Amino acid sequence: MVELVEKKERYAALANSPFMRTGPSGFREGARGGKVREIFERRDLLRLLVRRDLQSRYRDSVLGFLWTLIRPIIVFVMYYVVLGKFLRAAEGVPDFAVYLFSGLTLYGFFSEMVVGSTGSILANSGLVKKIYLPREIFPLASIGGAGFMFLMQCLVLVVAAVALGALPAPVEMLWFFPSVGLILIYGVAIGLLLSAVNVYLRDVQYLTELLVMLTMWGSPIVYTWTMASSAFKTMHLPAWVIDVYVNNPVTLGVFGFHHAFWGGGTAADYPSDLSLRMLIAAVVGLALVFLAHRVFTRLQGNFAQEL
Amino acid sequence: MVVSGKPGPDVVRVENVEKVFQIRKDNSLKDRLFHFGKLGREHRSHYRAVDDVSITIQAGTTVGLLGPNGSGKSTLLKIIGGIIAPTSGEILTRGRMAALLELGAGFHPDLSGRENVYLNASILGLSREETSNRFDAIHEFSGIGEFIDTQVKFYSSGMFVRLAFAVAIHTDPDILLVDEVLAVGDEAFQRKCMERIAQFRAEGRTIILVSHSAAQVQELCDRAIVLKDGQLVFDGDTNDGIAALRDVLEGRRVGEAPGAVDLPIEITSIELLDGNDRPTKRVRPGDRLKVRIHVDAHTDMEEWAAGFSIDTPMGQMMLASNTERLGITLPAISQGASHMDFEIDSLNLANGQYFVNANVSKVIDIDSHILWQGANFTVRDKSPNLGPLSAQVTVSAS
Repeated sequence: MVELVEKKERYAALANSPFMRTGPSGFREGARGGKVREIFERRDLLRLLVRRDLQSRYRDSVLGFLWTLIRPIIVFVMYYVVLGKFLRAAEGVPDFAVYLFSGLTLYGFFSEMVVGSTGSILANSGLVKKIYLPREIFPLASIGGAGFMFLMQCLVLVVAAVALGALPAPVEMLWFFPSVGLILIYGVAIGLLLSAVNVYLRDVQYLTELLVMLTMWGSPIVYTWTMASSAFKTMHLPAWVIDVYVNNPVTLGVFGFHHAFWGGGTAADYPSDLSLRMLIAAVVGLALVFLAHRVFTRLQGNFAQEL
Repeated sequence: MVVSGKPGPDVVRVENVEKVFQIRKDNSLKDRLFHFGKLGREHRSHYRAVDDVSITIQAGTTVGLLGPNGSGKSTLLKIIGGIIAPTSGEILTRGRMAALLELGAGFHPDLSGRENVYLNASILGLSREETSNRFDAIHEFSGIGEFIDTQVKFYSSGMFVRLAFAVAIHTDPDILLVDEVLAVGDEAFQRKCMERIAQFRAEGRTIILVSHSAAQVQELCDRAIVLKDGQLVFDGDTNDGIAALRDVLEGRRVGEAPGAVDLPIEITSIELLDGNDRPTKRVRPGDRLKVRIHVDAHTDMEEWAAGFSIDTPMGQMMLASNTERLGITLPAISQGASHMDFEIDSLNLANGQYFVNANVSKVIDIDSHILWQGANFTVRDKSPNLGPLSAQVTVSAS
């Protein structure tokens, strides 16, 4: 008879709950609070997916998580020796090692986010085809995984900066938050958009790799922005080219990160009104997140059959 | 196996749902750019997988979605589950839904069984706390034993599926969508699954099942929905639904005879009569049943033969006989309409629906005319026994 009671309770609960509506536009209405709330309610799953990705990535490797550090450090040493010393980019940049590594760390976060989330829907096609989940969760899980690796590298960065005595005043280190926030906003916007488009056009993942590489050289990571702007001037490029260069969100984030970890900079190493520029970029970025999500919602209705 | 009690509130409403797939013949950016616009349209074709289907499902019912391959039943299930958006129309659902479209979707081979249980339960909508509370039950149901902490990639396929199923049925769904996944594991495990599904029904949960197995649908479902080429062709009682499915599979309607070619004698209809010679469609176990075969002879014949058979909706023959086997030669028949009877003294079939087929010929098995499913009847047996036979069973103990 327990079953009968349970049945009655279930019916009563069902009769009182609202209908969730799924229409052709792919929107699911009726889930109170919309998508954000739905994803927030699945945060347990998000956490598990992040952990799964991280755990499976280095499973059965002897060094395991050390690889999250070994790779960026090797890349760093390579750039430091070749660009810094051979090509003399380090000249005139105090604590070039910290300058370079802080830029690389933030850029690494961006690239990991974009590349990871672009392939995320495809990588989870088994789930996408078989179970209803808010699909946004897959790119977000990739971003979460990238975030974890980023934080590990930040630890190394702090240790290195302390060891080299290159850390700025503690107040300056607060720049960490707006720059990471900015990169995160753009990572989410681009990640959402490309993960969805990639389902329909597989070319996107190759395009993404190219784009990410361009971003690396298009930001003041291995050189300073003054080098870039003076080069632009000698090339007689119009002024807006420099504006575009300076205001690209990754460049702005890298500036902020230099503020936070590289004590050797002077006012000349940063463009004017950096905080205002970052604020505007953040607002634009949020609008892009919204737009990217609209596109994502539109496209996700046919994910299951395109995979 | 119909669970008594009044139906619950509506949990699923499918309103004029249509799904058109666009099939593209190109899949790279280059092709897409070349075939942009008008040319692009030639490189696309449309396929209507679900065509204007409307269904309402009440809580506590078990619904079987039936149809031949490509009839759109799996697509419809995916639309209900929110996995695919409809092209037009709307789906309204409420309550917690779990889709068992593929067991172990989301299992990661590199993680241990325990980690996968947590991950999979979370995918199906359980919180960590809920999973922890049910972990022992899941572990026990799966019968995995000490392998729970082994990486899933070392599991046998049976273990894999058992663990996945164990997680799925412990997620407390209000609506369970099942797609052909019940035929897993060994027989003992299958029985366990069926028992759990029966328990689900008793608890007032709704199950929507896609199956090719008419037997499974007949055993589990209260209601059958038959699709053909994306269109709903039948919605109602399970037994009638299975009959409708058979018709769809054979591509014809009930009682429709195949075109005959120059046969000396043909069946026009089959009639079922009870002990008092009244037409009947319902038979109780032990009843007398008369199978009357109406024929149309094309010429005068010295002798002729006839036979009949009784099938289950799945085509399993339950009883068959003919005049030759009974050692009887039917008397001369003159041109025109006529009839003959087979009388079954006591028919002891169990609950279910049955179809009656008949055949006639001049000489047995030569130039026979066969009428498949010329009539059908239902047996209502009050006995609690299982199996295809009806019998009185008593118990005594010494």
